[in-house]
Amino acid sequence: MAIPLIYNVRSVRQRWVSAIVAVVGIAGTVAVFVAMLALASGFRATLVASGAAENAIVRRAGASSEMESLITLDQVRVIENAPGVRRDERGPLASAEAVVVAAFPLAATGTDANVQVRGTSPRAFAVRPAVRIVAGRAFEPGLAELVVGRNASRAYAGLGLGSRVRFGGGDWTVVGVFDASGSAFDSELWCDANVLNQVFQRPQNIFQSMTVRLTSADALSQFKDAVTADPRLTVQVDREVEYYEKQSRQLTRLITVLGTFIALVMGIGAVFAALNTMYSAVAQRGREIATMRALGFAGAAVVVSFLVESLLIALAGGLLGCVLVLPLNGLTTGTINWQTFSHLSFAFRVTPSLLLTGVGFSLLMGVIGGLPPALRAARLPVAAALREL
Amino acid sequence: MVRVDGEDGAETLIRVRNLDKRYQRGSEEIHVLQGLNLDVGRGEFVAFMGPSGSGKTTLLNLLGGLDVPSAGSITVDGDELTRMSAAKLTRWRARHVGFIFQMYNLLPVLTAFGNVELPLLLTRLDRAQRRRQVETALALVGLADRMDHFPRQLSGGQEQRVAIARAIVADPSFLLCDEPTGDLDRASAGEILDLLTALAREYGKTILMVTHDPRAAERADCVLHLDKGVLVEAAGEAARA
Repeated sequence: MAIPLIYNVRSVRQRWVSAIVAVVGIAGTVAVFVAMLALASGFRATLVASGAAENAIVRRAGASSEMESLITLDQVRVIENAPGVRRDERGPLASAEAVVVAAFPLAATGTDANVQVRGTSPRAFAVRPAVRIVAGRAFEPGLAELVVGRNASRAYAGLGLGSRVRFGGGDWTVVGVFDASGSAFDSELWCDANVLNQVFQRPQNIFQSMTVRLTSADALSQFKDAVTADPRLTVQVDREVEYYEKQSRQLTRLITVLGTFIALVMGIGAVFAALNTMYSAVAQRGREIATMRALGFAGAAVVVSFLVESLLIALAGGLLGCVLVLPLNGLTTGTINWQTFSHLSFAFRVTPSLLLTGVGFSLLMGVIGGLPPALRAARLPVAAALREL
Repeated sequence: MVRVDGEDGAETLIRVRNLDKRYQRGSEEIHVLQGLNLDVGRGEFVAFMGPSGSGKTTLLNLLGGLDVPSAGSITVDGDELTRMSAAKLTRWRARHVGFIFQMYNLLPVLTAFGNVELPLLLTRLDRAQRRRQVETALALVGLADRMDHFPRQLSGGQEQRVAIARAIVADPSFLLCDEPTGDLDRASAGEILDLLTALAREYGKTILMVTHDPRAAERADCVLHLDKGVLVEAAGEAARA
């Protein structure tokens, strides 16, 4: 049987000052680690939420994002009549869209940041049922009217309902605010695609992407096969959710790698604090260890006991780190989406799995910081240590 | 009957033959025990005396399986210690040896109950059985009412009594006491010696005790003197009731 856990719990409590140093070190590391992962998770979730499984996005073949893509009106007509596209009484649920980037001052700092302006067809709201007007109304086709995503209306100065703004050589009126359920669209401004092309002096009837609502999520292959096989089209088709997931990958990976690197560097410091705490525990308790060995507890039991003690400290640090990072959950921040060069607002997402990852990381630090001292404890010469004062 | 002449006797619990222990300190070899023979019967209370450095504690460590001899053999109840692996020796200690140390060596974060229970955690006894045995052991040393006290809340004499309860709770084959009264005042030392004497006389416990204190040695059935690693004398045969 093992050395009782209460021995370790009380021993930690008895040496609380040294234990707290290790706990705080581990807590800080875990908090930073989880915060960085929550940042990546929030960014990814915001982009992934922008896509729907029942939607397909069509771009020119080879274009990695809408910014690089081009689709003509003729192609739009072919695509919206392809098999697998859902229709209602007003026709196919399809929206040919153009995107531009415009600079607006951030409300918080006053500095300009890029906003993605999406010119859509009036059917855009039917194609994306998750996007709902929550204030004002939708734009009128043919008019220089804007509807503003919820995050954009908060993040930028001068985008309130009824405001008039000037960009791209035109004067625009903000007529509505929409809620896109926390997706990337919440950071966008929407308007009529034809008006957008006109204001930006782009050729009419040229779009950059087309999003269609499918008859069902399973209809993607039917639709994709039809449009990619059509000789009039040179396009690529992605499920919308996968397109946005791909967009999120680069920055998500960057944040995750950076976060892990920072956490590892901090983790080395935290491990040294844990090592110091545990080595001093072994040094101070040489006689206790030797007594337990004399009573018949095996070396392995001593290793497990000290490892458990280190893990207790690490667990306390891990849990504290999780508590420290919890207030970040839902906190909105923003960054540049490098795929669209526009500012994207998103919220930290501190998920249960991230918290578990954080606790797991803390336990890993506990093992690394606890194992060498635990092995030293088990190897103490019993006869000599028994007589230590 | 305790013998130091190497002749085999009947009813021997502990048999030591030609025991040697040497340490290397730099280039110097220190010969702590030299060809030591010893036979201790069941239920005997033996005291080892001798000047510092004479090898008393080394002998006790070897008998308790805490150290290994350089040569010779130690057999306890038929088990040859010198042939055991470290892991087996650890298990053997748990089963056969009760240790009582000069500084009590109680774990400060455990209560008297927790300290006494420790050896039983290495047995197959369930929680209720362990509780019963711990209570019995603590009652036997007169500390039934101090079960939930931590060592810092006990006097030195009480701490040593807890240590004795811990030593006897698993009913080991013999007790090894290293200066059990060395850190106690005279009155407390007397109580501890009374307790050890009672364990030997009334409960038939085999006790091997290292001591500097002639008053402690007087309580033993037999006092052996160690000098420069050799058992030079067997004396003080006491009448066993």
